[in-house]
Amino acid sequence: MTAATREAPRPKIWNDPFWRGLILQAALTIAVVALVWFAASNAVENMHKRGIPTDFSFWNKPASFDINQTLIPYSATSPNSQVFWVGLVNTLLVAGLGIVFSTFIGFAVGAARLSTNWLVARLATIYVEGIRNVPLLLQIIFWYNVVLGSLPNPRNAAPLLDLVFLANRGLFVPAPVFKPGFGAVWIALAVGVAGALAFRRWAARRQRETGAQAPVGWTMAALVVGPPLLVFFAEGMPLGWDIPKLKGFNFAGGQRLSPEFVALLLALTLYTAAFIAEIVRSGIRAVNKGQSEAAAALGLRAGPTRKLVIMPQAMRVIIPPLINQYLNLTKNSTLAVAIGYPDLFNVFAGTTLNNTGAAVQIIFMTMAFYLAVSLVTSAVMNAYNSRMSLKER
Amino acid sequence: MKRFFATSAVAVASLVATAAIAGPTLDQVKKRGQLVCGSNPGLAGFGLPDDKGAWTGYDVDFCRAMAATIFNDPTKVRFVPLTAKDRFTALQSGEIDVLSRNTTWTQSREVGQGFEFGPVTYYDGQGFMVRKKLNVSSALELTGASVCVQQGTTTELNLADFFRTHDMKYESVVFATSDEAIKAYDTGRCDAFTTDMSQLYAERTKLGNPEDHVVLPEVISKEPLGPAVRQGDDQWFNIVKWTHYAMLIAEELNVTSKNVDDKLKDPNPEIKRLLGTEGNFGEGLGLTQDWAYRIIKAVGNYGEVFDRNLGDGSKLKIKRGINALWTAKGLQYAPPIR
Repeated sequence: MTAATREAPRPKIWNDPFWRGLILQAALTIAVVALVWFAASNAVENMHKRGIPTDFSFWNKPASFDINQTLIPYSATSPNSQVFWVGLVNTLLVAGLGIVFSTFIGFAVGAARLSTNWLVARLATIYVEGIRNVPLLLQIIFWYNVVLGSLPNPRNAAPLLDLVFLANRGLFVPAPVFKPGFGAVWIALAVGVAGALAFRRWAARRQRETGAQAPVGWTMAALVVGPPLLVFFAEGMPLGWDIPKLKGFNFAGGQRLSPEFVALLLALTLYTAAFIAEIVRSGIRAVNKGQSEAAAALGLRAGPTRKLVIMPQAMRVIIPPLINQYLNLTKNSTLAVAIGYPDLFNVFAGTTLNNTGAAVQIIFMTMAFYLAVSLVTSAVMNAYNSRMSLKER
Repeated sequence: MKRFFATSAVAVASLVATAAIAGPTLDQVKKRGQLVCGSNPGLAGFGLPDDKGAWTGYDVDFCRAMAATIFNDPTKVRFVPLTAKDRFTALQSGEIDVLSRNTTWTQSREVGQGFEFGPVTYYDGQGFMVRKKLNVSSALELTGASVCVQQGTTTELNLADFFRTHDMKYESVVFATSDEAIKAYDTGRCDAFTTDMSQLYAERTKLGNPEDHVVLPEVISKEPLGPAVRQGDDQWFNIVKWTHYAMLIAEELNVTSKNVDDKLKDPNPEIKRLLGTEGNFGEGLGLTQDWAYRIIKAVGNYGEVFDRNLGDGSKLKIKRGINALWTAKGLQYAPPIR
């Protein structure tokens, strides 16, 4: 080594890892963009040649068909855009209710599988293993054709106190009719809830400062139920019931849940609940046994141990896979098409597509909707997860 | 699900295909040695595979007639069963050469989706079927009823029109296939089942006890049913048209599959032109001189086809009605061959 440190020769540009990476990535990006552009323009050209519509003019044209479950105003004269919104609301309804119910059932069954009661634990095991190993589509068809299909027709419907009727046209229940003056009851309810929340904060602070405990549960219940009930009677009970009555072919009045809706909701809920139960069980088992032993040593009873020690730690394990189950349930709701429940996929990507011929536009819009719903669901659940996750202090 | 795949197939096909299907369909069919015909997956009288897997029916016989005139062999045809929702996609994508599947000719299907409808092979109209024990004698008594219907059909749209026009409330219960719809009606999910009249008679034979059901008298729509092809191949369209017309003219002239060989010697110039013993009218169609003879020999004239599949020779016993020849006060009328 005679010479001092020689400056390393600048590598050729194709040997420089920085430039080489940059060039390769740029080339790849250009290739992907070109491929997408080629495919899209080619598709549009071919569709033009075959006389298939490529624009969105179908959006404002009248739909001309009826839908048997509409939560927002809709008639056959409504435009196709309204079909989209009706289908969207129907999808959100069945998915939203499915998520709520499957969560409750899933947590209950998951806890039951860990029960020390032999019978309860075995029943929960049978439920989980029986449900999650049968294809969902089969379960939907089972509920729709076998269970609900064998119900009597409306004229021979099974009445329950002459208020609730179960027939092969659906479940008919009395619908509340709000008379003038009922608005005050809603206000009283809002005040009661606000009061209950304020009380809980006050009680928590007092416990932190003085250690004195207050009967939080009972007081909150009284605050929520009490004021609306008082106002309700003070206003002279401004609430009536619209009771379903047999009229012609079917029941008129009341609130109807269609068999398609009931079958789909039942199948989705029970199926997803089985998976949630397993997730809950794994979450609880993931909490070290020493945690509950330590809680017992401190003198905590079983209830507070579960609420304050076990569940907060179990939730960290439960939430991420739980998000997956919520997304699965939402996406699985497209199986509605098998039994004719008018969800978005069925009415918009089905009937509207067929009537207008605008296949590409409609399929892309439908995919975008499911993508958006899934992204929002996971965003909400991720936010909840980061709240529940371990806080290092 | 099936429809979704079909739709995706079209989307993918239009993404990668570089040229739309062009060129004379007849050449392609001849080269393939087989006609590919879009058919109903299962509709008694129109298109239904029998217990040996052989296709039978009125729409099926139309494709057999085309195969007979092209190949002189009515068996050189492959049937592709299609649901109502898949049928147009299959025709658009070139999967089938001709759609002969009790399809209603409408303005938007012809103008908006790029199809050409051949002559009306069956003049139909939409009706309702109900259970006898409901004691309903008119469709106007169906207020508040639940009606089962197949998705993606003109039927679904007419149903909405009918109840809107008469300001009657109802519930439409929509299924992807005709089988699902009729099954739901049979299990009691619906009070009424609606589709084209001819199909009502056909579906009734599938029900547990056909005698318990009655077809209501009202016909609420015009349903001209006929074969459809892609726009842009006039020669192929002409073959479709004249296949039907040849069968009509044969009935008009009393030429049947049984007496057609004797009729070859008939001095009547109209018969001579039909059977190709005078002039060569097949040439302009890209076919042979005996193009019409082949059809009549293989499947028979219009009356024979109707009778065998839908009329007295079948289980359905449908009357000719407006599908009689114009000479019998019907609507079936063919331009002359000359």
